[in-house]
Amino acid sequence: MKLSALQQSYMNRRNNSFRGPAPLDSSSDGSIKSPSAIFWLILHGLCCLISLVLGYRFSRLVFFFLFSTSATNLYTSPFRSATDLSQTLNFHSNPIVNPELPFNRTAATTTTTAAVTTSSSRVVVGRHGIRIRPWPHPNPDEVMKAHRIIERVQMEQRLQFGVKNPKTVIAVTPTYVRTFQTLHLTGVMHSLMLVPYDLVWIVVEAGGVTNETSSVLAKSGLRIIHVGFDQRMPNSWEARHRLETKMRLHALRIVKEEKMDGIVMFADDSNMHSSELFDEIQNVKWVGAVSVGILAHSSETDESSVLVIEKKEDGENPSMPVQGPACNASNQLVGWHTFNSIPYAGKSATYIGDRAIVLPRKLEWAGFVLNSRLFWKDAEEKPELVKDLDSLDGVDEDIESPLSLLKDISVVEPLGSCGRQVLLWWLRVEARADSKFPSGWIVDPPLEITVPSKRTPWPDAPPELPSNEKVVVGVQEHTVKHSPKTRTPRSKRSSRSKRKHDTKIVDTQLPVRHSEQN
Amino acid sequence: MRICIWVFLVLIVCGLVCGINADQTARTERISGSAGDVLDDDPTGRLKVYVYELPSKYNKKLLQKDPRCLNHMFAAEIYMHRFLLSSPVRTLNPEEADWFYTPIYITCDLTPTGLPLPFKSPRMMRSAIQLISSKWPYWNRTEGADHFFVVPHDFGACFHYQEEKAIERGILPLLQRATLVQTFGQRNHVCLNEGSITIPPYAPPQKMQAHLIPLETPRSIFVYFRGLFYDVNNDPEGGYYARGARAAVWENFKDNALFDISTDHPTTYYEDMQRAIFCLCPLGWAPWSPRLVEAVVFGCIPIIIADDIVLPFADAIPWEEIGVFVAEEDVPNLDTILTSIPPEVILRKQRLLANPSMKSAMMFPQPTQPGDAFHQILNGLARKLPHKKNIYLKSGEKLLNWTAGPVGDLKPW
Repeated sequence: MKLSALQQSYMNRRNNSFRGPAPLDSSSDGSIKSPSAIFWLILHGLCCLISLVLGYRFSRLVFFFLFSTSATNLYTSPFRSATDLSQTLNFHSNPIVNPELPFNRTAATTTTTAAVTTSSSRVVVGRHGIRIRPWPHPNPDEVMKAHRIIERVQMEQRLQFGVKNPKTVIAVTPTYVRTFQTLHLTGVMHSLMLVPYDLVWIVVEAGGVTNETSSVLAKSGLRIIHVGFDQRMPNSWEARHRLETKMRLHALRIVKEEKMDGIVMFADDSNMHSSELFDEIQNVKWVGAVSVGILAHSSETDESSVLVIEKKEDGENPSMPVQGPACNASNQLVGWHTFNSIPYAGKSATYIGDRAIVLPRKLEWAGFVLNSRLFWKDAEEKPELVKDLDSLDGVDEDIESPLSLLKDISVVEPLGSCGRQVLLWWLRVEARADSKFPSGWIVDPPLEITVPSKRTPWPDAPPELPSNEKVVVGVQEHTVKHSPKTRTPRSKRSSRSKRKHDTKIVDTQLPVRHSEQN
Repeated sequence: MRICIWVFLVLIVCGLVCGINADQTARTERISGSAGDVLDDDPTGRLKVYVYELPSKYNKKLLQKDPRCLNHMFAAEIYMHRFLLSSPVRTLNPEEADWFYTPIYITCDLTPTGLPLPFKSPRMMRSAIQLISSKWPYWNRTEGADHFFVVPHDFGACFHYQEEKAIERGILPLLQRATLVQTFGQRNHVCLNEGSITIPPYAPPQKMQAHLIPLETPRSIFVYFRGLFYDVNNDPEGGYYARGARAAVWENFKDNALFDISTDHPTTYYEDMQRAIFCLCPLGWAPWSPRLVEAVVFGCIPIIIADDIVLPFADAIPWEEIGVFVAEEDVPNLDTILTSIPPEVILRKQRLLANPSMKSAMMFPQPTQPGDAFHQILNGLARKLPHKKNIYLKSGEKLLNWTAGPVGDLKPW
C-alpha cells in the first residue's frame, strides 16, 4: 500500500526528498536518452570528479555563473517569483580558507521551482549557505565584556536572592616566615579575594612584621591589618599549636579594641576554604560551627583510622575524618565529631618539617565562626564569655577551641545544613627544616641548567647531548631534570597531535569536511 | 446629489481610517504594558464554548491505542479537550455559545519512534467536519467561522512535516474560515492564517518543576544550547536544516568558551539552563521549539534565531522586550550582538522573565491554574469576540469548496 511505503520512508524522517544538488531534477521525469541528457550526465560526472579532487561539493551551476551575463544576485536575495527562473548560485560554504574561490563566504539561496507562493515573504525555503565569518574565533574584548555582564548579573542575583545585609567578614590568620609560607598564604589570599562581601584580614605574624610577608600580602588589594607577635615560632607542632592560639587571641583583642563589626572566621594559612563557606557564615547569629575535613594523610595509615561518621556523604572518600557539629534527626546540636588521634599514636610528627603526619587537635579553631560583638564590652544579649579577653593575656593556659571561651556551649549554631556540608579542609604541610628557597621566590639570575636526560620522553627524537653544560650554584634541592627541548621534535609533535585532535572532532560532525590545515 | 455622494464617501473613508487606527492603538497599549496585564485576564464570563460530542474514534480510542500522545510536544490538543470539559466557560447549550470546539486528536498517530504522521490527518479532519455539519446546524450557519480547532503539528493545518510539501498543500480548505490554534507561526506563510492563535508547544510541567535549583545559584554560563547542529540523517551537508543557521552557530562559535553549545543530552539539562544567562532558541525544521518554553520557565533569556517567526500569544506577550531576536544572517556576529547589550537591558529582561504570570502562560499544567496557557487561549478567543455579523451566511450560501485539495484527502476515514 502506498501508505505503508510512505510510513517506511518516514522512518528516516525527512529522507530522500532532497535529492541531489539541482532542484531542476525534481521536475524532470523522463529518462529519454536524448543528447542533452547524455551531456548533462557527462557534465554531472565531471563535476563529481572535480568535487572529489577539490574536496567540497562543486555544483555544476557554477558553469551558469561563469558564463551568464545576467545580473544574478549572489547575496541574500529576496524571494523571486515563480516566473523568474534565475537560478542563483548555491555554494556550500566550508571552513577551509580557500583563496581560490572568494565567494565561499557569502550566502546564496536557491529558489525551488516547487515553491510557488505569491506571498511576499522574506524567508525562502530551500538550501541556504552556512554563513561563517572570516575569523570565527573569540574576540578578547568581547570576552571581557561578557565576563563583566556575567559579574553584573551575579551581583544582581546576590542582591535579590542572597544574604540581605551581608556582614563584614573578619578573617584571622596566624603566620610566620618559612619555606611554604608563600604557598599557603597565596592560597588563602586568593580565596579571600574572591569573597563577595566586605572583608578585613587580620594577619598576625610570629617573630614580628617582616617584609617577606608584607610583599606577599600587598598583591591582594584587600584591607589588611598586619600585626606582629613578639615570640618566634617554635620548632615542635605542639608548641606551634599553642602559639597559634595565642596569636588568634591577640587578633580577637584587636577586634575588641577597634570595635569591629562583622563575623570572625579563622583562616589558617594552610587551610583550604570553599566559597560556599563565606556565604554560609553570614547566617551565624553568635557562634557557629562548621564541619572541617581533616587531610591528615600519610602512606602508612590503615583504613581503620576512620572516625565514626553518621552520614556517609561527608568527604569525597569515606576515610577522610571530619571534625564538626553532630546533629540528631531534628537538626539540633547534640554533640561533636572530634578527631580521633589514637590510631596515629606514635606515628605523628613532632617537629615541624618531619615526614610524618601532622595531627590536628580534637577540635580546630578553623571550624568555628564568631560574631565580633561577642567581644565587645557593652553588647547586650550576647552569650557570656567565660573570661574576658584581657584576662587571658599572658596566661599560659591552653585554650584548645573557642568552646572553652563560652560559658554555655549549647548556643553554638551548626552551619552547613547541620554539619552535613564540609566547607573547609584542614591541612598542615611544611617543608624540611633545612630547606632553602630563593628569596621572594624570584630566581635571579635565571636558571641555566642543561642536564642531558638519558631517555627522552619522545620516541622519535634522538637523545642528543647539547653542546654547553653549565650548572648553576644554589638551588640544589630543586634541580629538576631540564632535558634539552630542541625545537623541531616538540613543534612537530604538537602540530601532529593538534592535527589529530582536529580530525577527530571534525569526523564526528561531518564526514565530508576536511581537517583544518595548520 | 453628487456632493452628497462625495461627502458620504469621505465619511466612509474617515470611518475606516479611524477604525484601523483604533485597532492599532488598542494593540500597542496591550503590548506596551508590563508582561502581566493582559496575561492576568480571566476569560470566565467573557465567552462561552460548546464542546461537540464526537464518537471516541476521533479522540479516546486514539489515545488508548497510543498513550505516548500525552507526553510529546503536541499533547496540547488532548489537554485542551480535558480542560474545556470541566471549565466554567463550557456551556451545554449550543445556542448561547460563542465558540465551538471539536475534540479531535489529530496528531495522535505515532511511529514506533514517537514521531507523529500527518498523512491521515486531512481525512480525519474532513470526516469530523462532515459529521458535525450533518449532525448540528452550527457549522453550516457560518461555515466554521465561529469554530476553533487545535492543530499543534509542525506546520499547523497544512498537515505535513516538510515545509515544501506543507506549502504546496496549504491549509486544509475546509478550515479556511475557522480559527486555528497552532504552534506554528511565521509571518507571510501559507500555513498561518490571519487570526490564528499561536500557542507554545507542550512541555511537561511536573518534569520542569522537579528540576528547579535555588535561585541564588549564580548564573555563570553565558550562552547555552543543547541540540543538533547538523541533521546528519536527513541533511548531511547542511544548508537545509534550520536554513543553515544552526550550522552557522556551530562553525562560528564551537571554540568560544562563552558558548556552551554541544549535541550532548545531559541529565542536568534543566539545571544548566537555570545557570545560564542566554539560551539559544534557533529554528529547526520548523521555526518553533519547546526550548522557548523551557527558557522562559527557567529564567534564561531566549535568543530567537528564526526569521519572521510569530511567537506564542504574540498579542499578549511583549517578546521583543523579553527575548533577543537575531536575524539568521547576523548569526556570525552573535557574540558581538550579545556582548553589546547593556547590562541594564539584560537585568530588565530577567525581571520580566521572573514574572510568574509569564511563566505560567507558557505551561499546560494539570490541574489547571489561573493564567496558564489554557486561559491565554481562551483570552485570545475572547479578544476576537464579538463575531462580525458577516460571518453568518445566508441560507444556501456556500463559501467552502468541499472537493478542493489533493485526491487522497477526499477518501473517507
